[in-house]
Amino acid sequence: QVALLDIDICGPSIPKMMGLEGEQVHQSGSGWSPVYVEENLGVMSVGFLLSSPDDAVIWRGPKKNGLIKQFLRDVDWGEIDYLIVDTPPGTSDEHLSIVQYLSATHIDGAVIITTPQEVSLQDVRKEINFCHKVKLPIIGVVENMSGFICPKCKNESQIFPPTTGGAEKMCQALNISLLGKVPLDPQIGKSCDKGQSFLSEVPESPATLSYRSIIQRVQEYCDLQHFQEEKII
Amino acid sequence: ERSNLAGVRHILLVLSGKGGVGKSTIATELALSLRHSGKKVGILDVDLCGPSIPRMFKVQDNDVHQCDSGWVPVFVDQDKSISLMSIGFLLEKPDDAVVWRGPKKNALIKQFVADVAWGELDFLIVDTPPGTSDEHISTVEALRPYKPLGAILVTTPQAVSVGDVRRELTFCKKTGLRVLGIVENMSGFVCPHCSECTNIFSKGGGEELAKHAGVPFLGSVPLDPQLSQSLEEGRDFIQEFPKSSAFPALTHIAQQILDGTSPQSS
Repeated sequence: QVALLDIDICGPSIPKMMGLEGEQVHQSGSGWSPVYVEENLGVMSVGFLLSSPDDAVIWRGPKKNGLIKQFLRDVDWGEIDYLIVDTPPGTSDEHLSIVQYLSATHIDGAVIITTPQEVSLQDVRKEINFCHKVKLPIIGVVENMSGFICPKCKNESQIFPPTTGGAEKMCQALNISLLGKVPLDPQIGKSCDKGQSFLSEVPESPATLSYRSIIQRVQEYCDLQHFQEEKII
Repeated sequence: ERSNLAGVRHILLVLSGKGGVGKSTIATELALSLRHSGKKVGILDVDLCGPSIPRMFKVQDNDVHQCDSGWVPVFVDQDKSISLMSIGFLLEKPDDAVVWRGPKKNALIKQFVADVAWGELDFLIVDTPPGTSDEHISTVEALRPYKPLGAILVTTPQAVSVGDVRRELTFCKKTGLRVLGIVENMSGFVCPHCSECTNIFSKGGGEELAKHAGVPFLGSVPLDPQLSQSLEEGRDFIQEFPKSSAFPALTHIAQQILDGTSPQSS
């Protein structure tokens, strides 16, 4: 049972990617109802509260924090195995608030996404430092857009070159897990734009294999956490 | 007392609703192109969490000095035709995270707008973080008295990116910021081995949005590993790689800005 919470208030991408554009949030006695993609996958996003795709959410920090609080407090998620929180880029109000508001419960950790170039890594190192500062465990790093294989000649190009060793070198230096590398695949963007599951649509893609391997490692990490907690109890 | 922006002829912002689409790249290449047309350019980097501009010019290790009128911007070379200001120069350690809430960010942005001694510039380009929040509200408010020329909006071709940039267009409308045009970045990749073009991030979304919104379409910039490499190394892509695939589109964007600001244009 999975819940996906989109706290990118200014740029909520999740509704479109899940094929839920135009859906509205319903209220009941027990609170806001998530919008369900499938019986075991519920989604919440500010995207569902906007009436037009042109509506901009031009809010300063405190108002964004208020909505994030509501998402956590007032959404009737039910019993869930995984709550996944998608965040905007940066180390600001949304990030501070989500960690703060969830501090009473237990956050397994963060998965950090980068692309291979130093321009991306230099920001991701800051994000890693943010996690250390707020005592958020890091499950690991994913190197996205990692190489492109031409569909015609099958040669590989490094469109975003790992000039300083990519995520691999950074993870080694910082003693963090590299969960995996996901290559560029035009089908990913296409699936997301159509709101379809890339993993189901293109099961043979090298990107699918990467995603699945990464997801398995995340699950293993969480299972281990759970096991360790049980031991303590 | 003369304001620090009194000698700046044109101010333009580079915006996007979406992260990772190439705002800083476009801001950097626009500055380099304008410089090649003989203009003096400044870049103000108000992305406080992820300041990319210093490294793109290989000056990430530089310090910022003070003078009587405020902060002295960092010149990228002896030529002194491009100058920069970024929080990147103020951090003690490059990996330090700036974990600030809105009010602190707003205070620094106000200072960045008012207290940098730019001197005489033809263009001041303001690079922003993704979104429509504190930084954007504060930057537009602080710049309003100086009548910015307008904003360039950057998107990638896919719907997921265009969806956010539509919201950025609304932000511009609501804040009275003129939209100079839309740039569609990462628009196709030509394989260097066989010349096959693949639309990795789909195609056409930026151009369609410009048409739908009634704003100029400034062009499509293809994915170009040589461009990515140049940015990594802080090199002048416009000077060094005129035959590279992104060159025509990038210089065309600059030309349209120049045409729009020439004395003959209304």
